[in-house]
Amino acid sequence: MTSQNKKAAKYYSIEMLVHQLRGGLIDNNPTLVQLLGTCPTLATTTSVENAIGMGIAATLVLMFSNLFISLLRKLIPPQVRIAAYIVIISGFVTAVDLLIKAFLPELDAALGVFIPLIVVNCIILARAEAFASKNPVLPSVIDGLSMGLGFTLALTILASVRELVGSGTLFGYNVFGDGYKPVLMFIMPPGAFLTLGFIIAAVHKLLELAERRRKKQLDKTLADEIAEDAALGGGVPPHAGDLEFVAGTGEDEGK
Amino acid sequence: MTDILLLMFSAILVENFIFTRFLGICPFLGVSEKPQTALGMGCSVIFVMTIASAATNVIYNLILVPFGLEYLKTIAFILVIASLVQLIEMFLRKYVPALYSALGIYLPLITTNCAVLGVSLLNVEYGYNFIKSVVFGFSAAVGFTLAIVIFAGVRERVAVANPPRSFRGIPIALVTAGLIAMAFSGFSSVNLGT
Repeated sequence: MTSQNKKAAKYYSIEMLVHQLRGGLIDNNPTLVQLLGTCPTLATTTSVENAIGMGIAATLVLMFSNLFISLLRKLIPPQVRIAAYIVIISGFVTAVDLLIKAFLPELDAALGVFIPLIVVNCIILARAEAFASKNPVLPSVIDGLSMGLGFTLALTILASVRELVGSGTLFGYNVFGDGYKPVLMFIMPPGAFLTLGFIIAAVHKLLELAERRRKKQLDKTLADEIAEDAALGGGVPPHAGDLEFVAGTGEDEGK
Repeated sequence: MTDILLLMFSAILVENFIFTRFLGICPFLGVSEKPQTALGMGCSVIFVMTIASAATNVIYNLILVPFGLEYLKTIAFILVIASLVQLIEMFLRKYVPALYSALGIYLPLITTNCAVLGVSLLNVEYGYNFIKSVVFGFSAAVGFTLAIVIFAGVRERVAVANPPRSFRGIPIALVTAGLIAMAFSGFSSVNLGT
């Protein structure tokens, strides 16, 4: 098994790293695209600090559970694999829970029952089942890291909107000055549902735009070929570049 | 008696599991397309959560506390809940086939429902005794069922409406849930005199 790991480590290239990170953060974002782990997403995003704390806790659990599940993937009998994964995951969740209780009591008070509830966060079991049980150690750890960062990113986006509108602050600093009357509802539960709904709608819109841009580019290459065939030195269709630019800015805003 | 009734009222309406505590959102969004299936899911959750509250309370007080193993509660509870769901499934299949055919498909989904583990952990956190734990588990599940059935009813109407394209599916469902949560937040000002 060690030789295989070394082999995998040798073959693990920068492109694969970038691909995995991009997948976790953007293309396959666990929260905004796959819609996993909605409970902590809604519950812990009342302030950016809480969101980042929750994100980091979940990332740690994801990395370590992926690491151990990947190490043990040939020893765990397939019939009882889910139970085995849950025991591994809850072991790490307990460790993280105790660490947070010992060193960050304020964060523990703010997140409350949601730290032990990382056990039933579908993202972690989904990555264990879909990735770590089939892949070598290094890619599995990177997968845990990138999915965890994607989760953290989504929580941070949601929490920034809610904290900014709901209490007029960001990381606890007053942003709008004293004249701003905070819309309290955004910190309350209804605000969580509404904000997440609008953010996911925005993600759908961006995916649609990206899809359209891909089609445009395909059309453009086709058009280019036709133009080359028809008249030598005809050049690019005049509007194709502009359209690509517009679609490009739309996607960058989301990132 | 009064505090038991107050506990029920507050767990069902004021501190609703879905709309104020955000526990059990996955099945809430996943199994709420039709009121019929929502009701089936709700009944299974009531069944499992009541039994799970009783079982985890007994295990916590009779095994974990005497041996000083309170820190193992997360691991112990999730294993108890997972095996309990298996047991209930086998028991129903053998002895109550009618109930099994009604609830069977929802039971495996409940293991990963964070409301079940959540209620067990909250029972410990609030220091509820056996009776209060069972009542809290039962009424929290009733609150869950109430929420999911109302939501499924609204969602059925939303399905025939025509929202903007990016809002179709989950986003409009979340906005709907936000509006219902606003209605439920009206209960938060109810003074229970506790």
